[in-house]
Amino acid sequence: MNITLNGEKKDAPEGLTVLGLLQHLKIQPERVAVELNLNVVKKSDYAAAQVKDGDSVEVVSFMAGGVWSEPTVSA
Amino acid sequence: MERADRVGVNNGNVVALVQKEYGMTDDKLVIAGIEFTSRLWVGTGKYKDFEETRRAIEASGTDVVTVSVRRVNIIDRSKENLLDHIDPKKYKILPNTAGCYTAKDAVRTAMLAAEAGISKLVKLEVIGDEKTLFPDNEATLEAAKVLVKEGLIVLPYVSDDPIMARKLVDLGCPAVMPLAAPIGSGLGIRNPYNIRIIMETVKVPVIVDAGVGTASDVALAMELGCDAVLLNTAIAGAKDPIAMAEAMKYGVLAGRLAYKAGRIPKKLYATASSPIEGMIGS
Repeated sequence: MNITLNGEKKDAPEGLTVLGLLQHLKIQPERVAVELNLNVVKKSDYAAAQVKDGDSVEVVSFMAGGVWSEPTVSA
Repeated sequence: MERADRVGVNNGNVVALVQKEYGMTDDKLVIAGIEFTSRLWVGTGKYKDFEETRRAIEASGTDVVTVSVRRVNIIDRSKENLLDHIDPKKYKILPNTAGCYTAKDAVRTAMLAAEAGISKLVKLEVIGDEKTLFPDNEATLEAAKVLVKEGLIVLPYVSDDPIMARKLVDLGCPAVMPLAAPIGSGLGIRNPYNIRIIMETVKVPVIVDAGVGTASDVALAMELGCDAVLLNTAIAGAKDPIAMAEAMKYGVLAGRLAYKAGRIPKKLYATASSPIEGMIGS
């Protein structure tokens, strides 16, 4: 299936949950937050939330930053 | 801690001793029930590497560090993680919405931060202009309203405007973070009078955020009665960030002590400090 991941088009295996997608990407679920089609996914819902073809997914984490740094989150 | 070794005593202990001597160990800052032991908060941006970040933070004596919320690098997963160097058990992690130019983006970022994070604390920034990085006050109010409703503890970056500060507190912000000067400018407290009026206007902690250049700026903010200071560039951009972090720690301590001690009023003419009686030739 085709999804938009962090702003980029990406091919991902069919039928993945959010947890499955993170595992597929080798990302530790504890350290990140996930937005699915503009809605924040609760950590407790990772195993249940389905990612579908055409979905938009944002995976973010805490990075170095102070009072201001380069913007990356975009609509 | 090589600097501390040079003077033969752990500098953290010196601060603890001074605090104890002046009865400041119970002088804790409390915001929304969360206790902060340090009145110096520091950012994690602009350092040479994670090791320098870690050492500067340690030298500053802080217990609060700000972090930004950014997309995970999907392609290169080998990059080190900031939280491998900054222990969330040792420091309170304060995520910010830095870089957001709209209320919508700030809300999204803050909600993600709350889900990724350890607490509901968020430093709300909605930037209004690229050149000055001044806050967009209207958008900040809009975002704060949504985030407070969502149950977040919203600490807003705001211009040094008492009316804005009051409005943010009225809608549920448990502290306000007025700027001292433009972010990263190092100009210091440009309008101490407004900062004072903000403190008289709102009954919540006032944390000076942004624009501080050196230790005396921090001391001045604390002497005015501010509850804490947040800075980043002034330490990270100094020639020796570790030494500057230490200087900032003492700046906060000196300023806070001076505030609590109560300074003398300013007067135009001299007042002799030595007795007149018993002078020779009298």
